[in-house]
Amino acid sequence: MATTTLHPAAPTYRGARGTLYEWVTTTDHKKIGIMYLINSFLFFFIGGLLALGVRLELAQPGLQFVTDQTYNELFTMHATFMIFLFIIPILAGFGNYVVPLQIGAPDMAFPRINALSLWMLPLAGILLLISFVTGGSAAAGWTSYSPLSQDRPLAATGSGQDLWIVGLVLIGTSSILGSVNFLVTIFKMRAPGMTLFRMPIMVWTVLVTMVLVLMATPVITSALIMLFIDRNYGGSFFDPANGGDAILYQNVFWFYSHPAVYVMILPAMGMISEILPVFSRKPLFGFKAFIFATAAIGALGFSVWAHHMFTTGAVYLPFFSLMTFLIAVPTGVKMFNWTFTLWRGQLMLKTPLLFALGFLTMFLIGGINGAFSASVPVDFAIHDTYWVVAHIHYVLFGGSVFGVMAGFYYWFPKMTGRMLNETLGRIQFVLMFIGFNLTFFPMHELGLSGMPRRIADYASNAAWNDLNVAATIGGFTIALSMLPFLWNIFVSLRSGPVAGDDPWEGNTLEWATSSPPPPYNFDHLPEIRSERPLFDQRHGQAAGH
Amino acid sequence: MATDSQALTTTTEHSPVGGLAHDSTGGISNPVLGMLLFITSEVMFFSGLFAAYFNVRANAAQWPPINPETGEQFHLAILPFVGPATVLLILSSFTCQFGVWAIRRGDRTLFLRNFAVTFVLGVTFLIMQGIDYALLASEGITLSAGTFGTTYFTLTGFHGAHVFGGVIMLAVVLYRGMAGQFSPRHHDAVEAASLYWHFVDVVWILLFSLLYLLPGK
Repeated sequence: MATTTLHPAAPTYRGARGTLYEWVTTTDHKKIGIMYLINSFLFFFIGGLLALGVRLELAQPGLQFVTDQTYNELFTMHATFMIFLFIIPILAGFGNYVVPLQIGAPDMAFPRINALSLWMLPLAGILLLISFVTGGSAAAGWTSYSPLSQDRPLAATGSGQDLWIVGLVLIGTSSILGSVNFLVTIFKMRAPGMTLFRMPIMVWTVLVTMVLVLMATPVITSALIMLFIDRNYGGSFFDPANGGDAILYQNVFWFYSHPAVYVMILPAMGMISEILPVFSRKPLFGFKAFIFATAAIGALGFSVWAHHMFTTGAVYLPFFSLMTFLIAVPTGVKMFNWTFTLWRGQLMLKTPLLFALGFLTMFLIGGINGAFSASVPVDFAIHDTYWVVAHIHYVLFGGSVFGVMAGFYYWFPKMTGRMLNETLGRIQFVLMFIGFNLTFFPMHELGLSGMPRRIADYASNAAWNDLNVAATIGGFTIALSMLPFLWNIFVSLRSGPVAGDDPWEGNTLEWATSSPPPPYNFDHLPEIRSERPLFDQRHGQAAGH
Repeated sequence: MATDSQALTTTTEHSPVGGLAHDSTGGISNPVLGMLLFITSEVMFFSGLFAAYFNVRANAAQWPPINPETGEQFHLAILPFVGPATVLLILSSFTCQFGVWAIRRGDRTLFLRNFAVTFVLGVTFLIMQGIDYALLASEGITLSAGTFGTTYFTLTGFHGAHVFGGVIMLAVVLYRGMAGQFSPRHHDAVEAASLYWHFVDVVWILLFSLLYLLPGK
């Protein structure tokens, strides 16, 4: 009743507007984080359906289901949705939910800008979806290289390409505002005692990620704007006939898009680094080394963009090859961090750990097949073949998506107060793991035997048929693995076991508050003397320090 | 007790976050740090455009390139207004900073006067740029006039758009100031708007040097 005297209008105000109004207008970082996840999973499923279209067409030589033009739209929009509306936003969503909790803050630094960042994403998604019914979507690949993305005599690109540009500029603006928000939150709103080197690894990876977003995203915005001017106002930035330079687009595009690869993987690495210590009952091996490795990946990430352009003949090969190999060093450091965290730990093989192990093994393959492409002579042979498709999916699906799933199973109890079902989780993991490898492992062989990417049809005597059938079966297995996932969420939300504050015996501050946490998160905070304040609280501060 | 937590969600004004914008332990405030980071991203945005300019320029056999319409080199005379506009924009950075110093001392009148002058100078700059654009267009130099026109109008146009954004920020600060807001302790918006205005000014100085002073090849 004390509330009524403080806020007399509050109950009626809320009663009139209802829950939906409350969610749409919220500035609570936790609700915004959850809406980021919902929005991202929605586009994950749309992007997944487009990928199934691609796999269906490629199962057999010849054109069975779609035209060349539709096929181009399918793979272009598949990548666009997966990269810009699934992986990048869902990691920002986890960051939104987890970072303020882990640093003991009541909310993000700019809650209303946070809501703005969120709501720009569905708007951009709608713009991209509209393009399917207004004369065809963008079809020049997610890279939208000029002149493929320009109107040419034989292949007009239409309004879909313009909607694509506008949509991406919106998403970029959302990311930039988000990165400012995260950086100010992390620098200014840590709880007393939370020094930089006591910040959880997840917060560190988000910090480095957001520096990359802040510095790289505006550069792709400039590239997109130049492309827009070329397309619509007779500009000649990328038109060699008028003194422009087509390679210029590739340079500016990759100056963003290579750091963006680390934007897509670093927070997932952070999530794994939260999960592995908790489920092996050990601290993270080499905590500081991991932080420096993360910073090194971020810094080196700005000096490798031209390894996407080796075959253009317009870049200095030895430099970009060397820098690319160098990035394998801090990444290797992280593999050691993770492996030795598991070493002789008391492993609890719950679903989050399963997906984390999936990340570890699949990302290792993605790192190794990536190092092949860093070697200039090898790259000349495998450039634009299915090898590259295999590489990017081992990193972004085998890495990021497995990481996202691990994080989802890990933090779902905190977000909802309910546990997810272990059996369904394991079924999902097994289906996804098998489906993933069945889809993408054959692509290595396809690439080595010369199958180019982005083709709708291939010769029946090229000996690529069996492997393509395998990849298509794998693709549908991945789709199948989403059924136990969705069913699991549905059942758990209705009748899952109550999670309690700290179901996993976690190390970090989000487990010190209730599940789900109240508005503004904490009634009181435990003393912060290390990067594992909850471990200290459980076992006494002397333990391990 | 459920209503207790629910009531908290509905108001931003009474939230514990509100007080955190003004760091009691000293140091840079959240809005000012946020603005500095945002300016960092703006620097990278303009870097992309500048990189495009230098790339196109380096690839050209001669700069300014030949105008296919006339068969002569493009010629960018110092336009009637670009010089005065540059002087006014640099001057506005000073008036803006005088305004910031005034509000730090608590001199609200001087702060408002300086920001009003800054606002007027910003608007004047935009008007002058508009007239210059019209003059160039009448000479046939437009966005579609080869790489020369494309780079010139893209660079100056996006700078103009940023001046427009800065003018809106100044207007908001001015409006809030005239409504009685801001004090020596609480004037983050003034500091943030002035940082942005200085940034816009610095970009123009770079652009002016690049487009008007740097000799061709």
